[in-house]
Amino acid sequence: MLDKLFSPEVIEETLWIVQYEIPLAIWETIYVTVLATAFAVILGLPLGVLLVVGEKNGVLPLPKSAMHVLNIVINLLRSIPFLILMIMVIPLTRLIVGTSVGTLASIVPLVIAAFPFVARLVESSLREVNPNIIEMAQSMGASPFQIIVKVLIPESVPSLLSNFTIAITTILGYSAMSGIIGGGGLGKIAINYGYYRYKYLVMLIAVVLLILLVQVFQSVGTRLATKSDKRLKGGR
Amino acid sequence: MIEIKNLSKSFQTADGTVEALKNVNLTIQDGDIYGIIGMSGAGKSTLVRCINMLERPTEGTVLIDGCDIGSLSEIDLRSVRREVTMIFQGFNLLMQRTCLKNICFPLELSGVNKEEAKKRALELLDVVGLPDKANAYPAQLSGGQQQRIAIARALATEPKVLLCDEATSALDPKTTHSILELIRDINERLGITVIIITHQMSVVEEICTHVAILDEGEVVEEGAVSTVFSSPKSRAAKRLVFPDGAEEILTENRGERRIRVVFNGALATRTPLIARMAMEQQIAASILSASTRSIGDKAYGNMLLGITGDDEVVGRAMDYLQGIEDILVEEVTDHVG
Repeated sequence: MLDKLFSPEVIEETLWIVQYEIPLAIWETIYVTVLATAFAVILGLPLGVLLVVGEKNGVLPLPKSAMHVLNIVINLLRSIPFLILMIMVIPLTRLIVGTSVGTLASIVPLVIAAFPFVARLVESSLREVNPNIIEMAQSMGASPFQIIVKVLIPESVPSLLSNFTIAITTILGYSAMSGIIGGGGLGKIAINYGYYRYKYLVMLIAVVLLILLVQVFQSVGTRLATKSDKRLKGGR
Repeated sequence: MIEIKNLSKSFQTADGTVEALKNVNLTIQDGDIYGIIGMSGAGKSTLVRCINMLERPTEGTVLIDGCDIGSLSEIDLRSVRREVTMIFQGFNLLMQRTCLKNICFPLELSGVNKEEAKKRALELLDVVGLPDKANAYPAQLSGGQQQRIAIARALATEPKVLLCDEATSALDPKTTHSILELIRDINERLGITVIIITHQMSVVEEICTHVAILDEGEVVEEGAVSTVFSSPKSRAAKRLVFPDGAEEILTENRGERRIRVVFNGALATRTPLIARMAMEQQIAASILSASTRSIGDKAYGNMLLGITGDDEVVGRAMDYLQGIEDILVEEVTDHVG
């Protein structure tokens, strides 16, 4: 088995793939992940804010029924397995992108799977803000909108950054799955060569690269979060 | 002037209705440093939050310069809150902003342009004695320094009233003293009315001109600090003035007659009062309890004497003590409180 894995022909073929297909795959993985995360944050951030401020004792209480619907939709979307969600949203993908296959098209299901997750992460970040600080802002005559943009969000930036890091690494993992519906990237390489054609070495390389990407995203994210946090002594 | 009229506030909890404030009536004159003191759970924080409507009272009104602020809309209320600002026990600074930006915060809220806000903030850093901390973050400051920044922030909108909610409770005695000095200075120089919520007697003694004692949601005593503290009448006031429970011992009668001597600013610290009474009147009195404090060189407080003898002796003792300036005497006949 091992000598089959490392036979000269296999190594030669693998090298060819590494040289001509992997660089593009890495790029595709990165841009799909980053783009999908960006859209997920754009949708998830305001929803996360609503989850916190819209509560009964929040700064901008919303009707109970509205909060109920919001919670149900978020939980519903989060409970559909990604593999099935990808297939379910094909009509929507076609509507938005024009096609349901390809790298660009794989962003749509990724965003739909990720934004409710991001909303929950944002919710938990904002809940960490000391309620006394919110009371302080109210005592100074801040409007609900001012409290959101000047207090809630800026005060939770470090926590938001570390949560967005969790989001981007999770989305990276999901993006590998989108190889199944024709999305590009390292996931596609791993599935096409490893699963369909038994080229384990290629799969192994793709997996190692995915691990490396996760490491890079995680350590950059952690560093940004720490650096942005002015609560740490001497953190200037 | 702040007038609190028939103010009540109740909360609905799982265990039923809790009455945090019951029919509170207070008048606070402009320029006062007004202390509201009480044990924890007495309703102090709720009361101060009713003054800027962070808590809506269940009943009653709060008038600020004649304006019933309970009737204002949320938007009008926001401009009132720029005139009645607040500092807190936990400082409540924005931890991700520099000190300068923290002081700018209330100005940003009211739409003052950035340059002007910055200028005002720098002035205020001077007022609170921290001109070199403009670019420091709150986490880099000590508690006392953080409270100074919070005070500067509270002054940014040029308020008429400053509410202090246990503002020194998280600080050590020395820092407490310096913060109180600063508050007094602000009161004198800027003419800002100050309302201080506290559970510490020492705070009220040090800077307040007037005090209200709050107990279980009710104002049980109110008036000038010297009057209230020299002869506390209510049980809550006594508990505060005699925290060790000195008065409690008195309830047990040991056969002698008891006289309460109240020092209301008497120059008694210089005269050996009891010794002189023994020499001049030949009346031997034992001191059952005493709790006096000197403010300046005057004595305030309360002493309980036990005298063995008949009406004549007790009468003479009372006459003698009554003859001394700023001392009140009364015979204690039954349970205290």
